[in-house]
Amino acid sequence: MCLAIPVRIVSIDGNEAETEIAGVSRRVSIAFTPEAKVGDYVLLHTGYAIGVIDEAEAEETLKLLEEIASLSEVH
Amino acid sequence: MDDSILLAHGSGGKLSHELVEKKFLPFLANPALNKLDDSAIFEASGRLAFTTDGYVVNPIFFPGGDIGKLAVCGTVNDLAMNGARPLYLSLSAIIEEGFLLIELERIMQSIKKAAEEAEVSIIAGDTKVVNRGQADKLFITTSGVGIISPGVDISGANARSGDKVVLSGTIGDHGIAIMSQREGLRFSMTLESDCAPLNKLVSQMLEVSSRIHCLRDPTRGGLATTLNEFARQSKVGIVVEEAEIPVKEEVKAACELLGLDPIYVANEGKLVAVVDPADADKILTRMRKNNYGRDAAIIGEVTKEHPGKVVMKTKLGPSRIVDMLSGELLPRIC
Amino acid sequence: MKYIDEYQDNKLAKGLAYKIAQRSTKTIRLMEFCGGHTHAILRYGIRQLVPRTVEMRSGPGCPVCVTATADLDKAIALAHLPDVIITTFGDMIRVPGSYSSLQQSKAEGADIRIVYSTIDAVEIAKTNPRKSVIFIGIGFETTAPTIAASILKAQQEKIENFFILSLNKVTPPVMRALLDSGEVKLDGIVCPGHVSVIIGSHPYEFIPRDYGVACVISGFEPLDILLCIDKLVEQIEKGEPKVEIAYPRGVKPEGNRKARQLMDDVFEIGQANWRGIGIVPQSGLNIKGKYERFDADKAFSVSPKPPREPKGCRCGDVIRGAATPLECKLFKKVCTPERPVGPCMVSSEGACAAYYQYGIPENSQSF
Repeated sequence: MCLAIPVRIVSIDGNEAETEIAGVSRRVSIAFTPEAKVGDYVLLHTGYAIGVIDEAEAEETLKLLEEIASLSEVH
Repeated sequence: MDDSILLAHGSGGKLSHELVEKKFLPFLANPALNKLDDSAIFEASGRLAFTTDGYVVNPIFFPGGDIGKLAVCGTVNDLAMNGARPLYLSLSAIIEEGFLLIELERIMQSIKKAAEEAEVSIIAGDTKVVNRGQADKLFITTSGVGIISPGVDISGANARSGDKVVLSGTIGDHGIAIMSQREGLRFSMTLESDCAPLNKLVSQMLEVSSRIHCLRDPTRGGLATTLNEFARQSKVGIVVEEAEIPVKEEVKAACELLGLDPIYVANEGKLVAVVDPADADKILTRMRKNNYGRDAAIIGEVTKEHPGKVVMKTKLGPSRIVDMLSGELLPRIC
Repeated sequence: MKYIDEYQDNKLAKGLAYKIAQRSTKTIRLMEFCGGHTHAILRYGIRQLVPRTVEMRSGPGCPVCVTATADLDKAIALAHLPDVIITTFGDMIRVPGSYSSLQQSKAEGADIRIVYSTIDAVEIAKTNPRKSVIFIGIGFETTAPTIAASILKAQQEKIENFFILSLNKVTPPVMRALLDSGEVKLDGIVCPGHVSVIIGSHPYEFIPRDYGVACVISGFEPLDILLCIDKLVEQIEKGEPKVEIAYPRGVKPEGNRKARQLMDDVFEIGQANWRGIGIVPQSGLNIKGKYERFDADKAFSVSPKPPREPKGCRCGDVIRGAATPLECKLFKKVCTPERPVGPCMVSSEGACAAYYQYGIPENSQSF
């Protein structure tokens, strides 16, 4: 249900993609994420990409966390 | 000779003798073994250490080694972990009918290489052959004898409050390298098993310090299990810092994929030492000069608090208890 | 590792922890629905980073823990049929059924193989044409599409010997059942991140609307969980419960339509038997008639003995959040990961296993 990790798409071959995370390579099915492109990061769950990671949102979240952290430092 | 092992190879007759002469002796040749008497005779005086282990690893060939290398290193390391200089090993092989001779040669070549590096001789051996299906290709049992210098007293029960815990390098390499070969897991990586003989590393450590209290190689059950063993045997508490434990990125990634924690994954070329705090830095410096200790780090210390328990200070600050491995390390999806 | 390491940053975690502590005035109870969250919360020591005013309870989101004993008994019975290969995720193998477990059955000679993916199960069926390969389908909406995909693949490749025992369940109905029971008073729910990648955020709207309970979808890294708790506290302090996504890099409000289409093609909703909860209507996934030849329930007939629950086991209470593992008399004394009595101790994300493995040392500080 829960374990899904972000892997980077290295190449696409029809319904499947070669992906990579920190030197570990795995072939995954992109049947649920046909919009995924090479270079995208997808969430890998039991051999399938279940969603494409939104890099802009990821940046936003980190920015928000940085703001929160800097506010707490003031105190 | 035929190209695979037959039952007759184990029956003690001509084929058995041929097997020993052509497939074992050329790789192990030494005066004691070459005599081919029923037992090997040697002299040794002083405190002796003696150990035995069975090896049933599957797959028998894995990135970075094979069952032969594992068998030699495993037994050499068991002796070294008590501060003994390994002297002699015995080697007993149970072979499944049909096992390919060319694979047997490959394994014997590994055994030769490992024994040479560790500077041990294999002076006694035995071979049995069982029917197809009664053994999973090849099982090896090794026993080993070593000699402990006077004054050296290393035991899991010797840890004292204030001691430092030193780890010789990255954890999880062996277990993950093995898992990457298992049917159904299908991921590829350049990671190799860390299988290695550690006797020279240990003797170098003993040269710089006589205050090494405990040594153990964190094999099955991983670092966490070894630390718990020390805590229980010595009736002390151990605190480790998660951020100080060296783990390769590939191992971290594979562990994330499979839902495993690297502190429970097996290692075959690492050691954990518990040492007097006054000597910790110089021991660390010496370890880092050895190829097998190049990533050595001080990961924690021994305390009077929570005797018998291991506590880990996590990267984010809070502490949690680290127990021994329970059951098997299995991949999970949740 | 990108998208993992940044969300474990120490400084950012302390910043969030500080903010939550400042903001939280009322004592509140949050439930993390998902077992993966239970595991992460304990592994990263999240409880010690949040103020004492925030109490956390584990919920029934551990697919292993909520598999009914009778269903597990059925899987075990199937394992003992001749010419059957059982394929399963590793999570299930040690869970005790009424009389045995899959692991024990394996020791008794049953052919049981752990797979990482349903793709591997289909492969096993291909390479063993004379055996029946049954996959034990557990999991929620994150996993259900992958199981649906495996059925379609088997159909496409004309594989006749592949079957699914569908024990898959869906999330929102059981959340409603829990809230309806009123057994545990909740102020907020940490919603499952990866289930939400599939279903989006809309299915949770009934939670604030009908129950006034705050609802935030969380990722699984420590910063994700802390951010989620921060948003929940904010909602509760303001008295403005709603559905929020605290994991926007993974979850879109509309979820993954393609995955849901596949699920809808293969599965239909029916009732399901949840351990510790009982029958929950509209909460299980059954294989539709047009794919019934892949349905292990239809293809095989087994009659295991009537199920029995182990005496004194409080897994049911723990699953519903009505008790913590510490309140179960068997916890640690009788029930251990070595000799588990119930599934909560076996599954690595079961609350009891997580409490056992990641116990909090007595004199550790809370923020």
